[in-house]
Amino acid sequence: MPERASAEAAVIEVRGLRKSYGEREVVRGIDLEIQHGEVFAFLGPNGAGKTTTVEILEGYRSRDGGEVKVLGVDPAHADRAWRSRVGLVLQSCTMPAELTVRELVELYADYYPAPRAVSETIELVGLVDQRDVRTTRLSGGQLRRLDVALALIGDPDLVFLDEPTTGFDPSARHHAWEVIANLRTLGKSIFLTTHYMDEAQALADRLAVIAAGEIVAEGTPATLGGRDHALSDISFSLPDGASETDLPATLAALVAARDGRLHIRAQEPARVLYELAGWALARGESLHDLTVGRPTLEDIYLQLTEVRP
Amino acid sequence: MTGTALFAHQFRTDLLRFWRNPQSRYFTVLLPIVFLVIFASIFKGTTLVDGRRIGITTFYVPGIMTLGIISASFVNLTQAVVTQRESGELKRLRGTPLPASFVICSRAAVGVVVAVVMSVLLLALGRLAYGVSIPSSMIPGLILAVIVGAASFACIAFAIATRVRSADAAAPTTNLTVLPLYFISGVFVPETQIPKFMRDIATVFPIRHLAQAMRRPFTGVHGTGIAGVDLLIVAAWGVAALLIAARTFEWSPRASE
Repeated sequence: MPERASAEAAVIEVRGLRKSYGEREVVRGIDLEIQHGEVFAFLGPNGAGKTTTVEILEGYRSRDGGEVKVLGVDPAHADRAWRSRVGLVLQSCTMPAELTVRELVELYADYYPAPRAVSETIELVGLVDQRDVRTTRLSGGQLRRLDVALALIGDPDLVFLDEPTTGFDPSARHHAWEVIANLRTLGKSIFLTTHYMDEAQALADRLAVIAAGEIVAEGTPATLGGRDHALSDISFSLPDGASETDLPATLAALVAARDGRLHIRAQEPARVLYELAGWALARGESLHDLTVGRPTLEDIYLQLTEVRP
Repeated sequence: MTGTALFAHQFRTDLLRFWRNPQSRYFTVLLPIVFLVIFASIFKGTTLVDGRRIGITTFYVPGIMTLGIISASFVNLTQAVVTQRESGELKRLRGTPLPASFVICSRAAVGVVVAVVMSVLLLALGRLAYGVSIPSSMIPGLILAVIVGAASFACIAFAIATRVRSADAAAPTTNLTVLPLYFISGVFVPETQIPKFMRDIATVFPIRHLAQAMRRPFTGVHGTGIAGVDLLIVAAWGVAALLIAARTFEWSPRASE
């Protein structure tokens, strides 16, 4: 939403953020900017400085250097007014065993000056059938959605979701994604951290990858790390009785064998496929396992976060 | 939502959580009552307290009341605070606009209120079942001892909670602290049967002083039953603990550090 972005200040602005634990510098001068209404995914392997960065933005941790503004306020000086505009889903949190879903959501509603309606919020996260159930009887996915309900009950402008679906089974993850997608339609800005590339792909407008305390790439799920310019990957198995040397010379020069198949990285996939298909048809072969692929977000992520010497 | 209404909601919820927790119901509410029945039934006769001969049940009622107060305001409270911290609940509450003082004071108030209720229950049981009573002139001394004891041990709970690194360690740590002290502080065993060096050790800690302050209204001859010196010592422990807690209290889980 570029119009709104230019009309309003960024919800999160980070310039040259630094943080060390003793001798070890875990965040080494990073810049971030998240616009209003945006779902921003922050990716990185364990120990890359991701959690430290998030906890600084949430006001839990102090920093050693740089500028940080979240909703126009330095989170190091977070006050109650700021807290009431920020919703947090922390990486892990067990719920009070003695309370029901509704008791807990009603209690948290009282913490905020202008809360959302309790029943509507329980509905938003899909816990209507569990509302009078003690938290000990909820599944992992339901607990996480309760967590999201507690983060939303204050009707925040900005929501931090720290690895919201870690440990979920696939259907619970998709259900959680729907909830998060709903938040976007409510106009919330969302700062999401995750280990799952399909999650970032499904939810994020923009993402950044942190590795060894530095931002190594930033972009949309389609463009991150030059993904949109990356070469297509054409792969197939040779027909029985054929060898690489039987391929037309123009193709034989391009193939590389990997995991028992032949791969061709192509700038112009149509031309390669035309030649390959022509060769196969001339031999009466079908190339039944032919695939044409683009590098996935995961491929790009793994390249970016590879431990470099 | 006014501050008072919000505090009332938080306190009601914390009290409800205490009551719904089986460990609280059995160990904090039921066990002191069982203890009083057992001790008062097994042991017969009289004992000497401050040079006066009193019935053994008159010794055990204030002793088990002391245990009831400490169970609620120290043992249970420490376990509750450590569990809330290690589960990440305190960290999450810290991320809401709820003032930190509300979180602390509400849970401490549950400890104090349960301590008062347990004192009343045990006192009533002592009177109805064993005919143990105190002169009405001594009531101020008893009320003061209950309040000072409960408040001071609640402060100690918050100071100790920081030293306990995991929820699993909370119960053993608190019980190992108080159980031996109950034996040498004149809670379980009359002081005439405790060797002097053990009584001297017990004198260093607040449990013996609270037990003495609780006993005074039951054994005193005249006055208001206030054991001023003992209560000052208990209160000093409370204040010192509060200062330590204010400086060291942790909101984030420690086990994951």
